[in-house]
Amino acid sequence: MDYLIQILNGVQYGLLLFLLASGLTLIFGIMGVINLAHGSFYMVGAYLALWLTRLTGSLWLALPLGVLAAVALGALLEWALIRRLYARDHLYQVLLTFGLILVFEELRSLLFGNDVHGVPIPPALNFSIPLTETLSYPVYRLFISGVCLALAAAMYLVIRKTRLGMMVRAGNSNREMAQVLGVDIPLVFTFVFALGVALAAFAGMIAAPVSSVFPGMGNQILIICFVVVVIGGIGSITGAMVAALLIGIADTLGKVLLPQFSGMAVYLLMAVVLIWRPRGLFQAT
Amino acid sequence: MQDSDRLIRWLIVLGAVCLALFPLAGSTFYLQLLTKIMIMAIFAMSLDLIVGYTGLVSLGQSAYFGFAAYMLALASPKGAAASLWLTLPGALAATAALSLAIGLLVLRTAGIYFIMVTLAFAQMLYYLFHDTGLGGGSDGIYIHVRPSLALGDFNPVNLADHTHFYYLVFALMLGAYLLLRAVIASPFGRVLVAIRENPVRVRSLGFQVFNYKLGAFVLAGTLAGLAGYLSACQFGFVNPEILSWHYSGIVLMMLLLGGMGRLYGAVIGAFAFILVQELFSLEALFGDFARRWQLSMGVFIVLVVLLLPRGLSDLVERLGRGAAKRAAG
Repeated sequence: MDYLIQILNGVQYGLLLFLLASGLTLIFGIMGVINLAHGSFYMVGAYLALWLTRLTGSLWLALPLGVLAAVALGALLEWALIRRLYARDHLYQVLLTFGLILVFEELRSLLFGNDVHGVPIPPALNFSIPLTETLSYPVYRLFISGVCLALAAAMYLVIRKTRLGMMVRAGNSNREMAQVLGVDIPLVFTFVFALGVALAAFAGMIAAPVSSVFPGMGNQILIICFVVVVIGGIGSITGAMVAALLIGIADTLGKVLLPQFSGMAVYLLMAVVLIWRPRGLFQAT
Repeated sequence: MQDSDRLIRWLIVLGAVCLALFPLAGSTFYLQLLTKIMIMAIFAMSLDLIVGYTGLVSLGQSAYFGFAAYMLALASPKGAAASLWLTLPGALAATAALSLAIGLLVLRTAGIYFIMVTLAFAQMLYYLFHDTGLGGGSDGIYIHVRPSLALGDFNPVNLADHTHFYYLVFALMLGAYLLLRAVIASPFGRVLVAIRENPVRVRSLGFQVFNYKLGAFVLAGTLAGLAGYLSACQFGFVNPEILSWHYSGIVLMMLLLGGMGRLYGAVIGAFAFILVQELFSLEALFGDFARRWQLSMGVFIVLVVLLLPRGLSDLVERLGRGAAKRAAG
């Protein structure tokens, strides 16, 4: 039964990673941009949840407001900065987004200080389901998993079944050809970037009540997301899902079984996958 | 073109002479600051070999820097000096072996994958030292006494002395510069540049691209290790932060700021970056924002990427070319 709880935690963590990694992999795959600041958007989300929950008194109001703010932030950054880097080497993307991390971290410290904060779990979900006589599982964690799954399904439908998704896929497989055929690529890129930022921020917002809100939280998760994207294959949403669950479960079980080496476990997993498949599990080309 | 090349050469010699004479005039504070900058210059030059010349953007160079620093820390006896003659070659050999092992894996990938995989391996090392008790965990370990250069009773250079240490670092920086220059001018180095320009073509000419890349990767890792060893000597302290990817990002930024693919650009970048960082943390200039120097630094980095993508040395070269043209006309 102990293991069931660990596996549930691993799945929940994996699904959360998926929300982050799917945005990252879309931005890599479609725009060709490596975005180190993705972890900062997760942090921005968590602090938005903190601030808006204090302001409005409810996480349910904070969530939609926060997503709107994140979309606006993403669109603004794409328009002002990221847009200038499409034609440039990855090196410049790495450095510019590295600069953004410093800016976001310091602004966070300026506005909220360096303390660890907590966001209360909404009362409606603040109870546990009993599994056995002694063990129970918090409903809020199940809620996180459910929301992540719903978003994954929505993303799948949008990308597979809608006209917008068709344009995104066209941009992914051949940018120039799509543009020649009349797809407004700059607009698609702005949309993809804003979507990625919103997904990362949303992940930060719903995770805030369980993970608490603390300085440097974005950096920690960013590298794990990179591992997810590399294992899954850049640009592949399916790959991101499989890899995120794999990493989520490996990391959670690693912490229980080999606490000293759990930090390294995910990187070892990545090394093994790369020896076997240098372009990830689900890379199409 | 030739005039500007000559100008650059004179500027390099002038800079070297200034650095050689500096201890005669400077205070201890600036002596130590310059020592730190020269160590970072070695670090940035090592990265230039793979990023600037071979075209492999690595975001994990801090792994080799930090690993060599840890090797010194672990090899140093408590309260006594380790011998530099043993620990330096030992640390460099271990770092070379590490970069060979990592290089064999990461060089199978390219582009964005390469960036992320180098990063992930550096992160793996970070957790190795952070989570296990191997090197004092997250608290790090102290090196109480700097290594000694003594050979029996003969001990001409005392590294505990700031000036002596300064000259050792200065000599090693010059050595690293001359070594890398020779490497780049050699047939091996020419192939590296060709790989940067067009790897497929190089391969079709019959070169084993992978082996050349691996050679460059190991040499760069080893030189980064030299910088890490010296840095551990200087500060007498290592902790996992020197392995973190922030450190890799900072050294990459130094390289971009100075200008890639030039070697002396890496040196200029190290100077400019650390001096700007010191400037931003001056309370006299920035008041309360001095404590928030990371904010100014972040904005500075964004602006350099957007406005000065070819670095300061390109600016100097263009000015030099302009001056030469005016003198000729």
